[in-house]
Amino acid sequence: MQKIKLTLLFILLSFGFNLSVFGQFDVPKKPKFQTSVYDYVNLLHSLQKDNLERKLIKYSDTTATQIVVAIINTTNGENIGLLAPRWAHEWGVGQEKEDNGVFILLAKKDRKIWISPGYGVEHKLTAGITGELIRNIIIPEFKKGNYYSGLDKGSDAIFKVLNGEYQVSRKSKENDFPAGLFLIFIIIFIIIIISLSKGKRGGGKGGNRGKRTNGTSILDAIILSNMGRSSSSGWGSSSGRGWSSGGGFGGGFGGGGFSGGGAGGSW
Amino acid sequence: MKKFLPWIIIGILVVGSYSWTKGFNNTAVKLDEAVKEGWGNVQTSYQRRNDLIGNLVNTVKSAANFEKSTLEAVINARAKATSITIDPSKVTTEQLAQYNQVQGGLSGALKSLLVTVERYPELKANQNFLKLQDELTSTENTIQTARTRFNESVRPYNNHVRQFPGNILAGILNFDEKPYFDAESGADKPVEVEEMNFNN
Repeated sequence: MQKIKLTLLFILLSFGFNLSVFGQFDVPKKPKFQTSVYDYVNLLHSLQKDNLERKLIKYSDTTATQIVVAIINTTNGENIGLLAPRWAHEWGVGQEKEDNGVFILLAKKDRKIWISPGYGVEHKLTAGITGELIRNIIIPEFKKGNYYSGLDKGSDAIFKVLNGEYQVSRKSKENDFPAGLFLIFIIIFIIIIISLSKGKRGGGKGGNRGKRTNGTSILDAIILSNMGRSSSSGWGSSSGRGWSSGGGFGGGFGGGGFSGGGAGGSW
Repeated sequence: MKKFLPWIIIGILVVGSYSWTKGFNNTAVKLDEAVKEGWGNVQTSYQRRNDLIGNLVNTVKSAANFEKSTLEAVINARAKATSITIDPSKVTTEQLAQYNQVQGGLSGALKSLLVTVERYPELKANQNFLKLQDELTSTENTIQTARTRFNESVRPYNNHVRQFPGNILAGILNFDEKPYFDAESGADKPVEVEEMNFNN
């Protein structure tokens, strides 16, 4: 029912019905099936959507950070920079305690994109950095009409920022984690994991988790998950975040909060 | 039995009014805390804007012969805005209106500064300036969000302390009605900082 309503709304809007000038965009009700990509206007081909969706879910599975992309036609005149965090806050993207959600809102007809980080990631994904990666990475692709590529490269850049690998264009004084030390940590960690996992392979992880990680090695995932955050909720607990019924965020949106900050651009 | 009846009634009244008062008070305290938290966020976001304006002024100054008057207007408005602080526990309508006014003045000065910048292509090509602009836009949105949420937290509190019969207790326990944020002057229009043209 909700879907039909939405489609109707978008059909109306695309026919040029200007419903309200100062109106607010009605944020769709928090969906039952909580996943990473909501393409309300079929901007992406289904294959592209699947790829992006899987990639973001995989990222969430290793780092617990939920990145959600929503694609709409227009914001009905509402400032997209206010709508994006409001929407994200209403849905509660990210975990409640970590506030580790990132919400990407693309308004096709308005030709605008906005990225809003949750409280827990805004110190990394600052508006300056976000704006820069929108300007330098996403917008050039969008200008070519290549929406998928823009979102794909953009999300890669967001991963890098969150993992602390993103190189800020000119000066990179802050956030310079010594790479050598980091490598040593990883090596030590791998050794520990290997020695631990020899005895009980597949023991702690809920049986069905293995299926989706087919291509990449388990070690990759471990390294990734270690980069992002040291939260212990990653591996052991198969209950909440296990794979179920064809994708989606395992535990769903956890109620993460958004301050209202973020950056965007138009093309 | 007749002898005890008044005592029983008094006992029931005492227990009843105690639990009523306790319930009212604790709910009011909880709602009050939410308002305080909302206010904290409002102040943090305004403070963040003040910090950013310092950087902005320095960056803009470096641009060759940037208009002095616009810059000074921002600096003055900022000084005025930082001079007013509010104690969240006893904020009055007048105080809040005054606070709103000076911050609104700063918003206006800032807006005209950013419009002026359009005439300085070397600034618009400056990566640091662009980032600063992003940060400012983000902060303006954070301010808007914080204000909206502050008002949203005031509503249940005011309902709680103003409705009968709770308002009787509110008077005794000193839970005063709290003021809302009015719309900032010129805040009905979104700050058009994000309107950047990538085509040039």
